[in-house]
Parts: sequence; structure tokens; C-alpha cells
Amino acid sequence: MSMLSQAPAGAPRAAGRELTFGQAIKEALAEEMRREPRVFIIGEDVAEAGTVFKVLSGLVDEFGRERVIDSPISEAGITGIGVGAAMTGMRPVVDIMFGDFITLAMDQIVNQAAKVHYMSGGKLRVPLVIRTTMGATRRSAAQHSQSLYAWVAHVPGLKVVLPATPADAKGLLKSAIRDDNPVVFFEDKMMYQVKGLVPDGEYTIPLGVADVKRAGTDVTIVATSSMVQVALEAAGRLDGTGISAEVVDPRTLLPLDAETLIASAQKTGRVIVVDEGYQQYGVTAEIASVIAAGAFDSLDAPVARMGAMNVPVPFSPVLEDQTVPTAEAVATVAMRLCGRA
Amino acid sequence: MTTDPVIAMPDQWLQMYGQMVRIRAFEEQVNELYTSGKMPGLAHLYIGEEAVAVGTCQALRRDDYITSTHRGHGHCLAKGAAVDRMFAELLGKEPGYCHGKGGSMHIADPETGNLGANAIVGGSTGIAAGAALSAKLRGTDQVAVCFFGDGALGQGLLYEAMNMAALWKLPVIYVCEHNRYGEYTPAGEASAGDPQARPAALGIPTDEVDGQDVREVYAAALRHVARARQGGGPGFLLCHTYRFRGHHVGDINRSYYRSHNEEEQWARERDPIRLLGLGLIQQRMADAAALERIERDVRAEIAAGLEFALAAPYPDPGEVTHHVYA
Ligand SMILES: Cc1ncc(C[n+]2csc(CCOP(=O)(O)OP(=O)(O)O)c2C)c(N)n1
Repeated sequence: MSMLSQAPAGAPRAAGRELTFGQAIKEALAEEMRREPRVFIIGEDVAEAGTVFKVLSGLVDEFGRERVIDSPISEAGITGIGVGAAMTGMRPVVDIMFGDFITLAMDQIVNQAAKVHYMSGGKLRVPLVIRTTMGATRRSAAQHSQSLYAWVAHVPGLKVVLPATPADAKGLLKSAIRDDNPVVFFEDKMMYQVKGLVPDGEYTIPLGVADVKRAGTDVTIVATSSMVQVALEAAGRLDGTGISAEVVDPRTLLPLDAETLIASAQKTGRVIVVDEGYQQYGVTAEIASVIAAGAFDSLDAPVARMGAMNVPVPFSPVLEDQTVPTAEAVATVAMRLCGRA
Repeated sequence: MTTDPVIAMPDQWLQMYGQMVRIRAFEEQVNELYTSGKMPGLAHLYIGEEAVAVGTCQALRRDDYITSTHRGHGHCLAKGAAVDRMFAELLGKEPGYCHGKGGSMHIADPETGNLGANAIVGGSTGIAAGAALSAKLRGTDQVAVCFFGDGALGQGLLYEAMNMAALWKLPVIYVCEHNRYGEYTPAGEASAGDPQARPAALGIPTDEVDGQDVREVYAAALRHVARARQGGGPGFLLCHTYRFRGHHVGDINRSYYRSHNEEEQWARERDPIRLLGLGLIQQRMADAAALERIERDVRAEIAAGLEFALAAPYPDPGEVTHHVYA
């Protein structure tokens, strides 16, 4: 299923514009804010500065400081404010600068946002989006490099989104804003400048639908966020060896499109799951077990897992580069699975 | 015409008297339900603190918001929740306010502006600020009251939220129910300095009242609510009060953290219901018979509510997976 096939019927299919990932995010926010006056943004340095990554620059000029609110350095506070505002008729987008800092807001995410609807017997809703970043390889060291979405994906009541392309980022963010549940949206900070084709016109991408980024027949590489590009590169290398790799991007961890993952595993019989979160107790384990349970009879080998090394992310480039799966490493594992090494 | 609404209306005082009696009778019934093994979970009784919830909520409109705590039955009732559906919730029954999914510590009733009790100490201090921000953004003149205990003075979220409320003049009133203990620890061992100095440092106007005197609480709450409603920003109300019972119903042997004498003295001299009753009689706003009538009516309401809840069905087991997502 191609990404563009998610566009509503009548939307232009081949047409599109080159946008960076960051521009796609901003376009989604601007469109949703124009469409829905209850949407507002709150976060540290989001207004004139447009965030430390400059992703939101210019939004405050159009929507004013009432709707693009610069907050103090108070991650728990702004998340709590987001929850309260969402419960009372607004649709807030909370910006948490670095994904590492969701730790400071964990009570508000895990015990408040995720549970309000259930504990109230369905009476209260929390249509909240928490946008934050993820990913290593910026030489930012151990407190600015983590991909902690497994923490969030552990908790029922939340939705977790990991866009991998500008087009996905835009369509998924618009769906997240329109969703009546709390959604945590992780953006790879290394990807903000990456360009891609974004469809013209209005479109959304539903949460919970995986995307086959590349079709193949011999091995499935399930890859999330930053690792989608790594997986595609690995697939390119494998082409040279005669191994045809399929790359499947779940796009959302919660809900998880198990059906598409299992179907791909059944087709190829071999699976590698690649993710930038810590490998221990991580996303790769969950996805591997979903596939093992659903496609056991079709598998020719145990599902392989590749995550970030189980170490705090080091500063030195020489050290840091080892901690995250590379295209070369993914290709090597694929060759081994296919009996070529 | 007097401009002081506090002395203006005898009917109001009788209504507040009735509310306090309702909360007291409800809680006594909760105690019985719990000790007789009919109520699952935990029960944190509000007995002795009724004047804080009633005085504060009397100053609110139905469409104003409150957030509440683990000791939240009084706040819920004072904001307008019905006794029968509250009992049903405490028993985990289907007609409970949250279909039995919240229980004692999580009752929410959006129809009366109750955004929910919170079992995380300090956990709702951001939510209340968010409700206030939302009211401001939507251009309504609603206010939000955040009830919390002195124990929450130790939680950082409170200060993050108050800072933003002060910066952005949000209509939120922080009502600190200072009952002198957080679980089994005296407040003096848990929070340094004067609690009012903390909001004061953020430029938030504060008031300190006798939380056993509903007239004082009401008067102060009215001032804070009026200012907040007119765009004057947040307020902080420090209410000195006392929980007459244990931290929760099972907290029976308490001598290691507070003396029997102290408890007796508060119950004898500082019972908010008796204080208001005596005051009303002295000022000839009511006679003993009128107060007795109120109590009789409340007891009948409680008995009927309990009967309703006991007879009510449990949720269908299939409901367990409903409401995870909206
Ligand atoms: C964050 C958090 N830590 C600890 C607890 C356990 N706990 C429940 S009530 C309580 C004491 C609360 O004291 P206070 O805020 O003064 O309220 P009170 O019980 O006196 O009404 C504690 C420590 C909790 N519920 N939440």
C-alpha cells in the first residue's frame, strides 16, 4: 500500500511538492489551525523562535501569541495544561523540545492523559497531541538522543506516531490533531531537513495503517521512523546480491497494524525489525512477537531484532555511530537470514 | 442595599448547612460500607473538612470547573453531584458516575464541572490551569478551582502550574486544604516556611482562612472567584482544617503521629457543621427545629441513595474494554 494511496479519492496522486519534513509538519499545523479555532500550540520557545529546530517559525505571525504560546521550561506543567484544556473543549498541541524530556511529564502522560477517558467511564475526552523529538547521531550525548516511545507505547489509552517521510508526517499529524485521544507524536530531529514529495491539497493518513515503503519477496524489514531510510538503503545494497527486500513502516505503534506486518512476513518468510529505541524490552520485541505469533508457519528463520545498543548514547562520534543500526548492519543480518553469509 | 453577599442571604446559609450535613452523612455511610466489607478499594473520609468544599463551591457557578483529590467525595457533592450515583460509583456499579471504572478516588462529573478526583497527589494542578487557559481562550468567564492538600505543596507540578497561571492571568484558584498531615506525616516535617509565601512569590494574591468556618471560606472564595472571573488572574486560598478520622478508613491506630487529645479537641470545638448551626441560631436565621428538619431530609436522601446503589447492577463484564479510546 503506497503512502499516496491513503489520499482521499479525487486527490491528486502523482502531483506533489518537495517539502522538508519540518515544512510538512508546519504545514499540517497551519492547516489544522486554520480549519479548527480550538487548536493551539504550547511549548518552550515555540513562538518567535519557532522551536529550537525552527520547525514552527512564522506560525506565530499568522496565529498570534494566543494560539502559539511560549511557555516556561515546565514540561509537566504544559502537559498538564494540555490535558486540562483538552478536557474542556480545546485541541492543544504540546511541544516537548526533546523526547528525552517526556520523562519530566510522565505522570501527566501516563496517569492523567492516558486514563481520563477510561476512568470517567467515557465522560471526559483528551484530544491532545504531544509533539516531541527522537533520535541519536547529532552528537548530543545521552540526555538529548534517546528514542523513548516504547515507554509511551506501553500504556493503553495513548496513541503513538512515528512518521518517516514528509508526506507521512503531514498526513499523520493532521489525523493526530483530529483524533479524540491523546497522541504522542515523535519526530526524528535529524529528519527535519530531509525532503520528500508531499501531495498537493487536503489529505490525511489514518492512524493504525502501516505502509509498504518498498515491495520485495525474500525478506521483510520492518522499520520505524529514522530506520525506514536505513532499511531502504539496506534494501538497495541487497538488490546487488539478488535478495529482494520488502520495507514495511508501521507508522504508528499504537494502534499497530499487525495485519500488514504479518502479511508481509507470510510473503517473505524472513523478518528483521529495526528501530532506534533501546533494544532491551523495546519496540522490536513487541513487533517481533506479534509477527512470530501471526506468521509462525510461514517463517523460515526466527525474527531478528535490531535496536539501539543498550548503553546511554555516547558523545564521541566514533562511539555514537556504533549505537544505532546502520544500513550495512541491516544488510548483513538480511544476508545471514537468507543463508548468504 | 448591602454589598456584602456574605451577610445578605439566610437561605444561602441554610443551603450550605444542608450541603455540609449531606457530605457528613454520606461519609459516615461510606465508613459503614467500607467497614462492613461492601465497598471495594480505599476510602479517604472528608469528615471535618466539609466547610472548605461547601464554602468554595458555593461561590462557583455550575459551569465553573473543579479538580479534586483522593479525598474528593466532599468536593463532588458540593459541586452538585447526586448521592445515589456517587454511592453507585463507590460500589463499582453501572449507574455510577464513571460506570464503576473510577471508584472513590476518580469520580468525574463533567455536567457539574467536576473534571475529576485525582489519586496522584498534586496531579490535577496542571489540569486546573489547563481548564482555566481553555476558558480564557474560548472567551468564557468560567473559573477553575484546584483543590489540593498540604501534601501537594511538596510536588513540583503545583509550582509549574501556578507560575504559568500567574504569568498568563489564568482564572484558577488554588484551594489548599491544610489539614496538618500528609498521610502519617505532620505538615511541619514535609514543607518548609509559610505555604502562602510560595504563591506570593509568584505575585499571586493569597488569603488565609479558618477552614472550619464556612462563612470565612465562602467570603474569601467569593473574592477570589470574582477577581479571577474579571480577568484578575489566579488566587490562592489557604484553608486551615482538620480531618477528624484517619488518613483512610483503615487508619485506626494513629497515636504515633497525632494525639487523641488533639483529635477530640477539634471534634469538640471546631466542627464546621456545629459552628455554622450555632451561628445561625444565634443570629436568628434558623432555629433548632429547622436544622433538624434539614438533617432529617438529608438522612432520607442518603438512605434512598444507598438503597439505589446497593440494588444497582454491576457493569457488564464486556465493558472492561470500552472507553480505553474515545
Ligand atoms: C504522587 C503521589 N505520591 C504519594 C501518594 C500516596 N499518598 C496518597 S494521599 C497522601 C497524602 C496526601 O496528603 P495531603 O495532600 O495533605 O492530603 P490529605 O490526605 O491530607 O487530604 C499520599 C502521600 C500519592 N497518592 N501520590
